[in-house]
Amino acid sequence: MISIKNLHASIGEKEILRGINLEVKAGEVHAIMGPNGSGKSTLSSVLAGREDYNVTEGTVTFNGKNLLDLSPEDRAREGLFLAFQYPVEIPGVSNINFLRTALNEIRKYHGHEEMPAKDFLALVKDKSKLVELDSKLASRGVNEGFSGGEKKRNEIFQMAMLNPQLAILDETDSGLDIDALRIVANGVNKLKSKDNATILITHYQRLLDYIVPDFVHILYKGRIVKSGGKELALELEAKGYDEIKAQFESLES
Amino acid sequence: MIAEKSTITHNLLEQLQKHAGKIAFMPDAEIVSAIRHLESKGVPNNKHEDYKYCNIESVLRKEFKQVEQELNTLTSNDITPLKLEEAINLVVVNGNYSEALSEKMIVKGLTIKSLTELSSSEKELLSSQAKSETDALIALNTAFSGNGIFFQVEKNNVIPMPVHIIYVNSGNSNFVTNARNFTHIGASAEVTLIESFYNIGSSKVFSNFVSEKFVGENARLTCYTFQNEGSLSYSVNTNQVKVSKYSNYTNNTYTLSGELVRNNHNVELAAENCEAHLNGLFITNGTQSVDNHTLIDHQKPNCESNELYKGIAKDKSTGTFNGKIFVRKDAQKTNAYQSSKNILMSDDATINTKPQLEIYADDVKCSHGTSTGKVDTEALFYLKARGIGEENARKLLLQAFAQELIDKIEVASLKERVLHLFEKAL
Repeated sequence: MISIKNLHASIGEKEILRGINLEVKAGEVHAIMGPNGSGKSTLSSVLAGREDYNVTEGTVTFNGKNLLDLSPEDRAREGLFLAFQYPVEIPGVSNINFLRTALNEIRKYHGHEEMPAKDFLALVKDKSKLVELDSKLASRGVNEGFSGGEKKRNEIFQMAMLNPQLAILDETDSGLDIDALRIVANGVNKLKSKDNATILITHYQRLLDYIVPDFVHILYKGRIVKSGGKELALELEAKGYDEIKAQFESLES
Repeated sequence: MIAEKSTITHNLLEQLQKHAGKIAFMPDAEIVSAIRHLESKGVPNNKHEDYKYCNIESVLRKEFKQVEQELNTLTSNDITPLKLEEAINLVVVNGNYSEALSEKMIVKGLTIKSLTELSSSEKELLSSQAKSETDALIALNTAFSGNGIFFQVEKNNVIPMPVHIIYVNSGNSNFVTNARNFTHIGASAEVTLIESFYNIGSSKVFSNFVSEKFVGENARLTCYTFQNEGSLSYSVNTNQVKVSKYSNYTNNTYTLSGELVRNNHNVELAAENCEAHLNGLFITNGTQSVDNHTLIDHQKPNCESNELYKGIAKDKSTGTFNGKIFVRKDAQKTNAYQSSKNILMSDDATINTKPQLEIYADDVKCSHGTSTGKVDTEALFYLKARGIGEENARKLLLQAFAQELIDKIEVASLKERVLHLFEKAL
């Protein structure tokens, strides 16, 4: 589904990603873990197309297309979804209007008709249940005045509405209490299928108790330094990042 | 410079005098004094502090050297698309009230007549609020005033539907119009007044409008100014408003097109416990310039004023907001709030904002805020990351920015018209 090869990216003069290699297939869940500053959020931003970063080397192929050539909106239309670490508040643009516009632009891109209003509202009702999102929030401004937990649930709600092939969840667990975490994880698990894939970006193992990954990768200093199964996360939880840091300290930064 | 200034004003005076008839309703002394003030001051240029970003002299020099006053006659077919369906539509063509094109409706307590029909006591009201010595453009209007509308609501009457005055200019060669209006709202009366401005000819117009508005005790006047004059129009729109005890004056101004639009909105809160609300929204493109100048004069205690102006400047256009608030020594317990927010859509667009607060009382609450920026890039990225294209994402954000001002419109057909033109201009 997505194939990342030798990806280098920098912001200004500073190189943050220094040769990422990652292969994700349909039906898989990958977790990317790493200490602060290892490049986790940069990776998600680069994949979603944030313009602050320069890709200096490497390739990303998404369903056979060169992802890096596409605009952020075309990446989303091709089926890539980024759940933001810090969802943006947009007062004045209602959640409903925002989602309808997004959904219909994606449909149009694939040559489909706009979704009839009735079907759209039924879909909203159905999918908001999935993350136990109060239907009143739908008519409010995008994330406007939402609590931290509501914002994260709204991200998963949007993901459910847009039904992406590849979802990248950027620190979706941060700032969530245990109940909200369970709701969010439950939503993600229900959306999982053999046709889509998920990349979880997280600092803590906690989330992985709820969403069980097939693969765990450890990112350090802009490279994946270790990959394994879900037991790698547990090992990391027990030992902390210190061992990894000591082991790979020699990597030039 | 001085020589040139007098030349331009002199040239304009000469040309207008050639075409002007006698103005029966304006006292001779007012006309003489108006011309004297105009000759001594000259039309304002950018050296004039209040016209720093709105050089009227240069407009007259470049665009109105020759003024032929070849005016078009309009028919009801020209007016129909400009009407608003739920309002009483009145029409002023090139500054003169056209009874023939206006809708006739007898509404209790409502008087509409042309300025030539004023009684001698009513005539005395003219120029009681708009004074030639305060502004050269008021002087110009007073000297060459069109036969505009006298609009009156008698005391204790609530007019059940909005009144819509359509000011429409149309000429065959460069021309100047000086529409004039007097609005008098009696005690405890209420009305909604919409004033729309259009230029439907193929020639350039310098449109110099003056309206005096008096709001009596415990009365309520809700006004909308709708400006869609197009790229051939250069207009100055002056409102001189006086608000009495316990009364409420609101004006919402929507500027959707016009090569140059200058709005002077001067409000005297002349008695205790009254309030004024001035709001405005503009969107400019090309080389347009919109300049909103407000003055709220808090003269007495316990009054309130609110101002919210928002603008979007595209291409090489310019938007200006200058908001002056006076709080006089007597005006204790004043509440005055002012806010101006703007979005620049291109590197060549310009926004000028200047709040000016002069406070002489010591127990008051006054605040002002101003911001100018670009479209929020974080919000833009968020929308794009959900599959919304750049153009639509921008539009969504700009609509969200303007929404609170569009939502102030309580007349459905006007709201629809503003929304439609706003979306078209995005």
